[in-house]
Amino acid sequence: MQQLTNTLLGGLTLGLVFAAFALALVLIWRSTRVVNFAQAPMAMLTTYVALTLLDDGLPYWVAMLAALACGLVLGAVVEVLLVRRVSHTVEINPVILTLGLFIVFHAVAALVFGNQPRSFPAPFGIRGLSVGGQTIGVTGTDLFAVVAVLVVMGALVALFTLTDLGLRMRAAAFNSEVARMLGVRVGAMLTLGWALAALVGSVSGILIANGSLVSPNYMDSVVVFGFVAAVLGGLESPVGAVVGGLVLGVSVSVVSGYLSSQLVALAALAILMLVLSLRPGGLFSTPAARRV
Amino acid sequence: MAGPRAGAGILGRGREVWSTRSAVRHGVVAVGALLVMIGLLTAASDYQATVLTDLAYLAIAGGGLTVLTGLNGQISLGHGALMAFGAYATALLLPDREAGTPLLVVVLVAVAASSVVGLLVGLAAARLRGPYLAGATLALAVAVPGLPLYFKDVLADGEERLPAVMPEIPIWATDTAFYLTGADPSPSKYIAFCAGVLLIVTFWFLANLARSRVGRRWAAVRDDEVAAELAGIHLGRSRVSAFVVSAAAAGAAGSVLAVKSRGVSPESFTLDLSLTLLAAVVIGGLGSLTGALLGSAVLVAMDQVVDDAGIALGLSQIQAAELAPLVYGAVLVAVILLAPRGLTGSVQALRRRRTAAPAAPAPRDRTRGSAAADPPADGFAPADTTADTTADTTTDTTTDTVPSGAASTPPGPTTRTPRGTP
Repeated sequence: MQQLTNTLLGGLTLGLVFAAFALALVLIWRSTRVVNFAQAPMAMLTTYVALTLLDDGLPYWVAMLAALACGLVLGAVVEVLLVRRVSHTVEINPVILTLGLFIVFHAVAALVFGNQPRSFPAPFGIRGLSVGGQTIGVTGTDLFAVVAVLVVMGALVALFTLTDLGLRMRAAAFNSEVARMLGVRVGAMLTLGWALAALVGSVSGILIANGSLVSPNYMDSVVVFGFVAAVLGGLESPVGAVVGGLVLGVSVSVVSGYLSSQLVALAALAILMLVLSLRPGGLFSTPAARRV
Repeated sequence: MAGPRAGAGILGRGREVWSTRSAVRHGVVAVGALLVMIGLLTAASDYQATVLTDLAYLAIAGGGLTVLTGLNGQISLGHGALMAFGAYATALLLPDREAGTPLLVVVLVAVAASSVVGLLVGLAAARLRGPYLAGATLALAVAVPGLPLYFKDVLADGEERLPAVMPEIPIWATDTAFYLTGADPSPSKYIAFCAGVLLIVTFWFLANLARSRVGRRWAAVRDDEVAAELAGIHLGRSRVSAFVVSAAAAGAAGSVLAVKSRGVSPESFTLDLSLTLLAAVVIGGLGSLTGALLGSAVLVAMDQVVDDAGIALGLSQIQAAELAPLVYGAVLVAVILLAPRGLTGSVQALRRRRTAAPAAPAPRDRTRGSAAADPPADGFAPADTTADTTADTTTDTTTDTVPSGAASTPPGPTTRTPRGTP
C-alpha cells in the first residue's frame, strides 16, 4: 500500500514535469506547426550552463535564472535563424530540421562538457518528507518541482488570457494573415513563442536534473515522454498536454516501480499506439474535416 | 531479402511486382557494381575494408529508409531499432565458430525477423502522418534498446553484449580470392565482400520494386492520398507494404553490423543510429537510391576526415569522435534549409536548368520532357517524381507559377504555410 502511494505520488510529480515539457511542445506546434524534437537537447544545454555556474560556486537560484535566460535566447535564435527559413511545402522538412538541431546540440554538449555523467545538486535535499511520523516518497525537491511547474503554468495562463501581449500571440498563431492586417507583428510573436517554449523546456530540464545525473543524452527519453504526453492531448490543447503528462507520469512510475525501468520507454510507446489507434488525433482533439 | 515470390503475397499479384525489363537493366548495373567492388576490395587495406563495410550497412538501411520516406512519404526515426532486430537474430544464429549456419540463411532469418517487426510497426503507423509518425517511431527508437537489457538473462546469459562469430570462410571463396588476387582473403575483407554483395542485391531488388507497379502505388500515395484512393489504391496496404520492405532492408543492414562488429549490444542501436540513417538519406537526396548510397558515402568519409582533422586540431580521441556528428548535423540543417532535395536532387535540378534554359518551356511540360527520355518514366525516376511533386504542391498552395528550375530553391520566409488552429 505504501509502495503504491509512493509510486503514484512520484508519478504525479514526474507527470507534472512531463506536462511542462509537453506544454512547451504544444506552444510551438500551435504557433509554427513544428514539433520541436530539438527541445530536449536545448534544455540539456541550458542545464549544463546551470551546472557550470554551480561548479563555479554561484548560488542555485542565480544558476537557474541564468539557465532560463539562456533558454529564452536560444529559443529566439533558433526561430529567427533557422525555423523561419524552413520550407513547409513538404511536411517532413521541419521535422528533419529539428532532428538536425538535435544532433548538433548533442555533439556540442559532448564536445564542450564531455560525455561523462555529472551529478546535479538538489536544491531541497533528496530525503523523503515525513508526514505524521511517516516518511513518504516525496522529497523537498519534488515539492519544489511541483511548485515550479504550477507557477510556470499559472504564468502562461495569465500571459495568454490576461495580457495584451498574450492576445497578440494567440492572434498570430490563430491566423497570421488576419493578425498581420490588424497590426500584430506576427514574426516577433512567433519568435517570442519559441523563446517562451524554450524557457519552459529549460525549466523542465532543470527539474529533471535536480538531484540526479546530467549527461548529453539524459533528456532523450524525456523528449519521447513529452511528445507522447503532448500527443495524448492532441498536440493542440494545453489542458490536454497537462492531462497527458500526468497520465504518462503515473504510468511510467508504475511500470518502472513494478516491472523494470528498462521497459519505461516501451510502455510510453504502447500507450501512444493505443491512444493513436483509437483516436488518431489524440484524446482532446476534435476530428478534423478533410477537404477532397 | 524476400524473393519476388515471397513478396507477391504482401505486395500484390506477382506480375505487378516485377518488370523484367528493368530487372535486366538494373542487373547490368549490378554486375558492373560487383566488378567495381571486387576491384576496390582487392586494392583496399584491411582497415579500408572495414570502412567499406560501414558504408555497406549504412547504405543498405538507407536504401530501405529511402523507399519508406522518399518513395512512400512516411518518415521513420526508428530504423536503427529495426536494425537491432536483424542484428540480434544474426547474433543468436552465430553464437560460436561451431554454429555452422550459412551466412545466407543468417541474413534471411535476420530479414524475416525485422520484417515481422516492420509489419507490426507498419500496421500501427499506417494511420499516422508527419510529426505523429515521427514521434511514434522516435519512441520506438528509444524503447527498443531497453528490450535486450530487460531480457539479457535469456538472450546473453546476463551479459550486455551478445557475441556474433563469423563462420569459417568457405574453401571455394578462399580459392577464388587466391586465384584472383594471389592472396588469401582476410576475415575483414571477406565480411566486406559479403556486405557488398548484400548491398548490391538489396539495391537491385529495391530499384526493381520501385520501378514496378508497387513502387508507383507508393509514390501515388505519397503524392496525393485522395487521388490515390480514388484510383483504387488501398492506402493502408500500400503503406504497410512499404514499411515491411523498408524494415527488411534494415534487418539485412543489422545483420552486417552484427557480423562486422563481431557482436551486438544495446548501445549500438540508440537513437543516434536512427538519426544517422536519416541524415545520410536526406543529405544524399530523399527518394533516390543513388542518393542513399551517396549520403552514406559522405557520412562515412566525413567520419574519417573530421576525426583526423579534430585530432590534428589538438582534440582528444573522444572529443574528435563527437566532431563528426556536429558536422553532419550542421550539414543536415543546411541541406534542409538550402537544398531540401539533397545532393542528387540539386545536381539534377542544376543539370535540368542548364538544358532547359534556352527553350524555357512551361514547367510541367519541361518535367515531362526530361522524364520522357526514360520510357517507363512513372516508376522510380526518383528525382523526377520528387520534382513533379514539389512543383505540383507549390502551384497548388500558392497559385503562383513556378519559374523553371525553381523547385530546388526553398521559398523564403514570406511563403509560410497558413498556421494556427482553424
